[in-house]
Amino acid sequence: MTLLLVAAGAAIGAPARFLTDLVVAHYAGRYLPWGTLIVNVVGSGLAVFLVVTVTNADWTALLVTGFCGALTTYSTLSYETLMLVETGRWRHALWNVSANLAGGLGAGLLGFALAHLVTG
Amino acid sequence: MDRESQGRPPLRQALRSVSVPALAAVAAGGAIGALARYGLTVAFPAAPGAFPVATFTANTVGGLLIGALMITVTEVAPGLGRIRPFVGVGILGGFTTFSTYILDIGRTASAGATALAVVYAFTTIAAALLAAAVAMYATRRLLVRRRA
Repeated sequence: MTLLLVAAGAAIGAPARFLTDLVVAHYAGRYLPWGTLIVNVVGSGLAVFLVVTVTNADWTALLVTGFCGALTTYSTLSYETLMLVETGRWRHALWNVSANLAGGLGAGLLGFALAHLVTG
Repeated sequence: MDRESQGRPPLRQALRSVSVPALAAVAAGGAIGALARYGLTVAFPAAPGAFPVATFTANTVGGLLIGALMITVTEVAPGLGRIRPFVGVGILGGFTTFSTYILDIGRTASAGATALAVVYAFTTIAAALLAAAVAMYATRRLLVRRRA
């Protein structure tokens, strides 16, 4: 049962990441990897919010492990950062890693605060 | 038409270029990758205040595999580019995770192991980048040897 829920959540989360990246790149271009940054920041904030507010293990498997887990990515972050390094854009590479980490942690704190406001 | 939209084609044109089989491949790959990641968390359960081994492993191994895959489909065999939605965006994107990484940092820190949380945050970045770089280098070396 848990396996099915994780798979179902990921089957929505992964295409959501793919489409978000496409839409973001359409408006912001591909000079900097904004799409991955946005899914990682939004997905991290959402995951923390859900972990605090959702107590049911099945819903957590579907939404946190499955959906948020697959919506966000580390492999693409690593690859895109190395591509910036390969083209000599060290400062952009450093910016990319820092923005993902700081953005993810910031969104996580926001999700945590919002979750406690909701649950009281 | 406003000035802003004159430079680029409308969004729906970009979205229309996405085929249903490609989206299905991303979804199926994502499910497979996430199940493999879930399997790691069952095999190596995260104890509170301990180093999150499962997520660290997924993100590092995922870095290694994306490095090998991307060099393969961009430089070794561009004809294999069509496997990228399934393997790269799907399987490896679903296998690796940034949200669980952030959750791990928060959980480790709130268990009182603040130094370990910082160590985990930075070793994951270093290991994932190093793994991807090594895989890219090794895949290129194989390519050169094959052509020589």
